[in-house]
Amino acid sequence: MRKYTTMITAATALLAAGSAVKAEDVEVLHWWTSGGEAAALNVLKEDLESQGIGWQDMPVAGGGGSQAMTVLRARVTSGNPPTAVQMLGFDIIDWAKEGALANLNIQASLEGWDDVVPEALQSFAKYDGKWVSAPVNVHSTNWVWANKAVLDELGIAVPTNWDEFVAALEKVKASGKTAIAHGGQAWQDATVFDAVAMSTGGPEFYKKAFIDLDEETLGSDTMKETFDRMAVVRSYVDDNFSGRDWNLATAMVINGDAAFQMMGDWAKGEFLNAGKKPGEDFLCFRFPGSQDQVTFNADQFAMFAQGAEVGKEQAALATAILSPSFQSAFNVVKGSVPARTDVSDEAFDACGKKGMADLKKAAASGNLYGSMAHGHANPAAVKNAMYDVITAHFNGEYDSETAVEELVTAVQINK
Amino acid sequence: MVTASNSRASSFGRIVLYAVLGLFCIYYLLPLYVMLVNSLKPLSEITAGGMMSLPRDWTFAPWLSAWSSAQVGVEATGLRPYFLNSIVMVVPAVALSTLVGALNGYVLTKWTFRGSTIVFGLLLFGCFIPFQMVLIPMARMLGLMGLAGSVAGLVFVHFVYGIGFSTLYFRNYYAAFPTELVRAAQIDGAGFFRIFLRILLPSSGPIAVVCIIWQFTNIWNDFLFGASFSDFSSQPMTVALNNLVQSSTGVKEYNVHFAGAIMAALPTLFVYIVAGRYFVRGLMAGSVKG
Amino acid sequence: MSFSEKANPRGSVGDRLRDALPRLVLSPSVAIVAIFVYGFIFFTLYLSFTDSRILPSFGWVGWHNYDNLFRIRAWDTAVSNLVVFGVLYIAICCALGLLLAILLDQRIRAEGFIRTIYLYPMALSFIVTGVAWKWFLDPGIGIEAVVQGWGWTDFKFNWIKDREMAIYTIVIAAVWQTSGFVMAMFLAGLRGIDGEMMKAAQIDGASTFALYRRIVIPQLRPAFMSAFVVLAHMAIKSYDLVIALTGGGPGTATELPATFMYSYTFTRNQMGIGAASAVIMLMTIAAIIVPYLWSELREKK
Repeated sequence: MRKYTTMITAATALLAAGSAVKAEDVEVLHWWTSGGEAAALNVLKEDLESQGIGWQDMPVAGGGGSQAMTVLRARVTSGNPPTAVQMLGFDIIDWAKEGALANLNIQASLEGWDDVVPEALQSFAKYDGKWVSAPVNVHSTNWVWANKAVLDELGIAVPTNWDEFVAALEKVKASGKTAIAHGGQAWQDATVFDAVAMSTGGPEFYKKAFIDLDEETLGSDTMKETFDRMAVVRSYVDDNFSGRDWNLATAMVINGDAAFQMMGDWAKGEFLNAGKKPGEDFLCFRFPGSQDQVTFNADQFAMFAQGAEVGKEQAALATAILSPSFQSAFNVVKGSVPARTDVSDEAFDACGKKGMADLKKAAASGNLYGSMAHGHANPAAVKNAMYDVITAHFNGEYDSETAVEELVTAVQINK
Repeated sequence: MVTASNSRASSFGRIVLYAVLGLFCIYYLLPLYVMLVNSLKPLSEITAGGMMSLPRDWTFAPWLSAWSSAQVGVEATGLRPYFLNSIVMVVPAVALSTLVGALNGYVLTKWTFRGSTIVFGLLLFGCFIPFQMVLIPMARMLGLMGLAGSVAGLVFVHFVYGIGFSTLYFRNYYAAFPTELVRAAQIDGAGFFRIFLRILLPSSGPIAVVCIIWQFTNIWNDFLFGASFSDFSSQPMTVALNNLVQSSTGVKEYNVHFAGAIMAALPTLFVYIVAGRYFVRGLMAGSVKG
Repeated sequence: MSFSEKANPRGSVGDRLRDALPRLVLSPSVAIVAIFVYGFIFFTLYLSFTDSRILPSFGWVGWHNYDNLFRIRAWDTAVSNLVVFGVLYIAICCALGLLLAILLDQRIRAEGFIRTIYLYPMALSFIVTGVAWKWFLDPGIGIEAVVQGWGWTDFKFNWIKDREMAIYTIVIAAVWQTSGFVMAMFLAGLRGIDGEMMKAAQIDGASTFALYRRIVIPQLRPAFMSAFVVLAHMAIKSYDLVIALTGGGPGTATELPATFMYSYTFTRNQMGIGAASAVIMLMTIAAIIVPYLWSELREKK
């Protein structure tokens, strides 16, 4: 496999002369096309332009980046890869294994990335001891978003464990409102599953099952318990959930039709856009029972090798991405938290500050884990096979017992 | 075709007939109607519900936004710049595949040789290849040919996978064309190209319309090739529209999405409306007679 | 068969060139198709026996990918969905297309206008109409909500949320897109039928129904065949449609082979399994299309 890529890289070098991209410009493949994200990315663009580096924009949205990854495959195969590509988790490692990514170690050591980027995150930015990508942010995925007015009206306090959570859900249901706003898409089902598994089995269980892919743990009673709890969650979701986009589910919470939504920190942007204030109109808290843990995913920009050395413009891009000012400016808009833990939290709102503090604490205490639902615990093949099982169970195709068996088979086939 | 008798019963029948036809018109128009009314509403009215209701507050802002200021990438350019990219790609691709299809059809009907039917069968089977399958090998070939990420590359790809259908259309059309005329011209000393240009081509109007409509629609609407084989400077309209509609986070501006979608479809709609009548005529003239 | 050979006595280089000209004109197309269709098919066939994951790789693994493919439940779903979808889609499109063509052929006043309305969906891709369809079929805001709003509160239309029924919503949208096109093909066929024969039959006292059944419809066979090729090709390639409407869901209930292949090749980094599914798909297509092409092309000789 490596040979194939080397061949392509060589072809690239040959073609580079005739390529439309001038050496001092960067062509960036990404899927951030919505207003806030794109505006945040524009900060980066302007930064580079002030250094005389042009930005050639190559946006391909869709499927949470999967569309862009297909395009990337075609671009690399044709010997014309973009300069920098937005990527997630295992995709970065996979491409690094192909020998397709540039080595950013010089910048990393100059600017001390090793000291400021949490170690759990580094394992997705470094391969074989070399920095191959520049992390932009850390999203944490085990959040619950709640409508404060609904909770106050029903006298519900922020639940701190599973039983309190179920009691709260029951109260909401009894009031006639939808307890959980949820969208029935595979990745959303898995996002909920992630949090439920972490809360049910704890960090050790989570790591063994989803990161180490230990078959015994995958087939354990704790896993069955996790699926049972998913069935409980399902019973508090309205009937019309299938296929719903996550932001429509968020709108249900915003409008007070539903009380809770389990979703990553990007949901905050929806609340803010609707003119809601954190702590006053809506609440953000960790999924009950996983208060100490943070499951994360991180957007990064991987640099594609264009020769033996990393390009000047790539180095400049990486440096700009990791600069504290960009990290702060971008993440304030995006709802996520900076990828480096030494950025001031001044510009962030209450939920953002909490997110940053949680991340720092979790990183220091070894409670920071890659999210399975977002491709930071296991490779794409396994992740998607797990999606299949989780979704089938959530939609009532499997009972918990079958789901556990299927989960083990799925991992066996795709490991 | 059927001559209805002039009795009173039949005038009742006519009413039913028109009613049925009208009902189907509604069925076909509904999605377009939904897109159109919602593209003319402010977002707040859409989120308040009432998919089918007419706008209370008519606004043209979503259209302006989709055209020139919506966010489809880092810069808020709207769909405008991508329109040109699509046209630059579609026109040569359609022209090329239509011309080659006509020549192929001509050879396969008027200059048949041993095995020409099999050749036609093989060309035609190419229509059925799933495009997802050819992505990677095609990317490799484009790289080798030095066409990666260029408009020329996209034109080439569309041309390649357009050959099958355009050959099919012209072959079936020319099959019904009297061979005696060709033979007579040949005896008069006319050569291969002369016969094509002077005798067949002038009467190819109807089928050319069918072929152009078909190719134009397919190529304009293509997303997969457009996304995979373009680079920052050549992304077509569909990719931009997809970026507009598929944005992962943030408020979904449905009114802008609908406006953009209709806008992206305008050229093909225009072609269908203008050339629609020739379309049935063209189909009549050949392709369905076999 | 080929009069060109008879017309040109063999001789000088120029003559021979003239002889070969038709084949020369055809040869670029043949070469292109040989490489970009058949070459790629063989490449895919080869990949299906390799350990390719994220990019093509050439480690031979034998039938391993096929074994895995048949162990994946979603593949079964995809195949049986294609059967259900393909049969219904082709049958409904043909039936509806024929009905509309016959109705439109009754000297309708605004025929051109109505025809354009029936035909226009073909101009739109599902990237364009996907959102509108999703809204329509969504019980919360679509048809169900609208009809309930009119007072029929018992009205239910939630197929898209229902694992058993979701595939039928795909059929509805697909029929919407192509039935007008099929109508145009049948209409063209109807216009080509000899009017004299019809008149004679009418004078003989045949009922309208019998007239169509015995005389008109049998003569539409070529139109039917063309429609079949176009529809079969659309059914097999249906991809945008599923992605736009359901994304393959609920669960994997609306997965089709095209979406399966795409997802395994590109999003799941299982290029080997993706290639294996592509090979099976192609073989199925060949099994249906080749006999059809064979019979059609042979007859014409």
